[in-house]
Amino acid sequence: MGSRLMFGPRKADRSVLQKLSELNWAMVLTLSVIAGIGIAMQYSVAFGSFDPFALRQLIRFTAMLLLLLVIALVDIRIWMTLAYPAYLAGLVLLVAVEFFGFSGKGGQRWLDLGVMTLQPSELMKIGVIMALARYFHGLTAHQARQLKSLVLPALILAIPAILVIRQPDLGTAMMLLLGGIAVIFLAGARPWLFVTGAIAGIAAIPVIWNLLRPYQKERVLTFLNPERDPLGAGYQILQSKIALGSGGLFGKGFMEGTQSHLNFVPEMKTDFIFTVLAEEFGVVGGVGLLCLYLVLLGYAALIAVSSRNQFGRLLALGLAFALFLYVFINMAMVMGLVPVVGVPLPLVSYGGSAMLTMMIAYGLILSVALNRRLSIPRKHPFG
Amino acid sequence: MRSETERFSTFTRRGALLAGAQGLLSIALAGRMYYLGVVQSDQYKTLADENRFSLRLLAPERGEILDRAGRRLATNRHDYRVFLIPEQSADMVDTLNRLGRIIEISEGTRNRIFKQIKRQRGYLPVTVASNLSWDDFARINVESPNLPGIQPDVGPTRLYPHGAHLAPVTGYVGAVSEEERQRDNPLHSLPGFKIGKSEIEKSVDDYLRGTAGSSRVEVNANGRVVREVARQDGLAGEDVTLTVDLELQRYAAERLGEESAGVVVMDMDTGGVLALVSTPSYNPNDFNLGISPENWQALVKDPRTPLVNKAIAGQYPPGSTIKMLVILAALEDGLVDPDETVYCNGKHRFGDRTFHCWEERGHGRVDLLDSIAKSCDVYFYELAPKVGIDRIAAMARRFGLGGGFGLPLSSEAAGLVPSRDWKMGAIGERWHPGETLVTAIGQGYMLATPLQLAVMTARLANGGRRVKPRLIRSIGGVELPLEPAEPLGIDAEQLALVARGMEMVLEEDGTAYLSRLRGEGFSMAGKTGTSQVRRISKAEREAGVVKNEDKPWQERDHALFVAYGPQPSPRYALSVVVEHGGGGAKYAAPIARDIMRRTLEIDPAGTREIAATDPRETG
Repeated sequence: MGSRLMFGPRKADRSVLQKLSELNWAMVLTLSVIAGIGIAMQYSVAFGSFDPFALRQLIRFTAMLLLLLVIALVDIRIWMTLAYPAYLAGLVLLVAVEFFGFSGKGGQRWLDLGVMTLQPSELMKIGVIMALARYFHGLTAHQARQLKSLVLPALILAIPAILVIRQPDLGTAMMLLLGGIAVIFLAGARPWLFVTGAIAGIAAIPVIWNLLRPYQKERVLTFLNPERDPLGAGYQILQSKIALGSGGLFGKGFMEGTQSHLNFVPEMKTDFIFTVLAEEFGVVGGVGLLCLYLVLLGYAALIAVSSRNQFGRLLALGLAFALFLYVFINMAMVMGLVPVVGVPLPLVSYGGSAMLTMMIAYGLILSVALNRRLSIPRKHPFG
Repeated sequence: MRSETERFSTFTRRGALLAGAQGLLSIALAGRMYYLGVVQSDQYKTLADENRFSLRLLAPERGEILDRAGRRLATNRHDYRVFLIPEQSADMVDTLNRLGRIIEISEGTRNRIFKQIKRQRGYLPVTVASNLSWDDFARINVESPNLPGIQPDVGPTRLYPHGAHLAPVTGYVGAVSEEERQRDNPLHSLPGFKIGKSEIEKSVDDYLRGTAGSSRVEVNANGRVVREVARQDGLAGEDVTLTVDLELQRYAAERLGEESAGVVVMDMDTGGVLALVSTPSYNPNDFNLGISPENWQALVKDPRTPLVNKAIAGQYPPGSTIKMLVILAALEDGLVDPDETVYCNGKHRFGDRTFHCWEERGHGRVDLLDSIAKSCDVYFYELAPKVGIDRIAAMARRFGLGGGFGLPLSSEAAGLVPSRDWKMGAIGERWHPGETLVTAIGQGYMLATPLQLAVMTARLANGGRRVKPRLIRSIGGVELPLEPAEPLGIDAEQLALVARGMEMVLEEDGTAYLSRLRGEGFSMAGKTGTSQVRRISKAEREAGVVKNEDKPWQERDHALFVAYGPQPSPRYALSVVVEHGGGGAKYAAPIARDIMRRTLEIDPAGTREIAATDPRETG
């Protein structure tokens, strides 16, 4: 039955139009609404001008929407085949950053590709999850529980994590690790591993502290006590909280944010875009945006559960979790719940790298959805 | 297949767990949003407004300083100036070059401008030039469309219309220095704000300054003003009216010319200071606009000390002008018989020392009145040991020496009245009897300012009342109360005796006969004084005393004269001290005469009117 399904002519021969008609358009719409909110915010930040931020963001999103559709339409087995090569390509890019990358905001993270700048660590979040999903797809439940099966995943995770930490970009490294660990957890590794891992992680805090760069220590200390440095690092958090808090329940109205329009919030069109939204649309607007992200997450979970292949399941839920981390860390950061780490709000923040990750990831999730009835044997023919 | 089912169930279980965790985190986020935006919203709204609005101070206009008749001694004028706002000019060098075709911009000014531009934010104006003529200013206004970033501006600035003549009274204003800057006074941080630096400008700065206005503006994070929300104009400072007479002050200053001198003229009834002159002086306008290093060095190095207000801060041995007080001290305790004479042969031996009279040939027989009229030193050498230093000191203090009067002038000096206790305390030595003799002729330790000498003279001539000098008549239109002058407790007959002696100074055989006033209703009494700057050694005296004119300037004697008039009902007292002028009779008395004549001509107290109606004249 497995082989018939696998090579069944009905599935394999679906036309592009057929696939498009089966696509989860509600999810695409949700993505577009979130991106639309982002464009509106860029418009507000520029004092009611499409030029330059809102317009560029719109063009970028339109282009990436096409990319998302292309990714969604590609057969899941091809993505499975490309999992390891994609991961390796990501590693190469990370190493390239070491040598050819340029610095920005205190770390060496960016690669100039001529047409756009690329942050390989962003793509690596997808690469790691793809590689791990591919790896665990080939294991039985029993194998997945065995300790020796975790040697390769540990390497898959550790190599890019170490490279990213060296840049240094602690926030992305942590998201990378958490996304990978989520996949390993979903694949069925023994629970006690995660408990001991967590304990070991807490125990390692003093060691990590000593490895941190001065600016990173500064951020953590400032997070713990923002009044410590109200004009320097604490300024961001404080002004961001003032913007959020002064918005009240319903906000000051579109384009009426004083904190953002008078430039009190630093980095407001990128990492702190959420404060602009919350100032102008209040708690209602902020919670509304959060709900939209949860809708995306819910769709991804449904897709994962309905998928008949382990690769698809792990990929969909793993990616959805990684993107939720983005949202959570960004929102928690601007509200002063976690230290300031340069994490953008996907689709809303101005900039291409995070949007690219988001769109590729949801393209893959949509591909999982289109191929959910396809069951792929553990020994994958293209692998 | 069983494995597949197991994998799936594990996945679903753990997926649900993960989803639950994400749900919890989302609730935490929403909770935090609620906490900030609803629970703590009011607090953050206040903080946002504090961010957004900023209170800008508006400098109040400084009050004017007026003379007794309301003539302006210190006023404000429009200062025409141009600012450059760096962020509004694409090419600042080009803009300055264009501006340079209208007004001169020196290389030094350019350097200062570019240095300042680097230091401050781009929207803050940099002063390019101030104190422009109306013509230049008008031309810049016309050209301004071609001068991007150039902003013509009109602002008030202090003007002293009479320059150096009034500087000893008004003092000057200047930019707030780092030491003066008070953190709690926001006005001090206002660019271009000036505060009083000396004399009246400094002592009543609080009244002159006024109350700052404020402008509530919306600002962005860089501090740039976006718009004005509300405005409250400031309250101009209060005008201060002085007792000084502008005309007399100017006359006295011009009469002194280049002499290094101090003059005080006062009303002996009210204490009102009519003129308070110190020459040479400085131009207070220079300080307001920012004095050049060369000008400053010239002022500091000038041996005639233009920066010292000699009328109140110059301390000189009073010389023979002290003699009236020695006589009053002797008369009070009956230590001298006015008719008794002393024979002066030009010198007097006391202990193993010889004391010389200024008149080498001697005055012959001298009685009390002669001793004043001729200023015979030997008479006082005889009298001094009988009176003793402590009586002299006590009398000097009663007449206002040895202490300040608390005039609203920042540099008033106290002078010095020596006594036994003072010497033990200050020098740690016992009083030497010979020093009493020296003190009795106003030499030695004793020091007095021209102001103190004028007050002394006023108290001698006003019937022995403790009149105090006053300089401010009213502040903001409110008259300052006049303190009644209590009697000093000096016997009227004794005072009259001394007054007669002072009249004789300007009569035939008096030391200042040549400087007497002539003309109907013009008369005065006075006393000469000459104070040695250095002691004349025995060797020098034997070689023949060198005339003052032949000495280097710094070694010449100080010339003093105190006077009052008009006689017989005096109202005005004055003192003149000419530093290193020479003999008091020859150098100070003519100046005193001229200033007295002018005082009587102007007659600020209106004595002629009083004389016409008041029978006091007959008394």
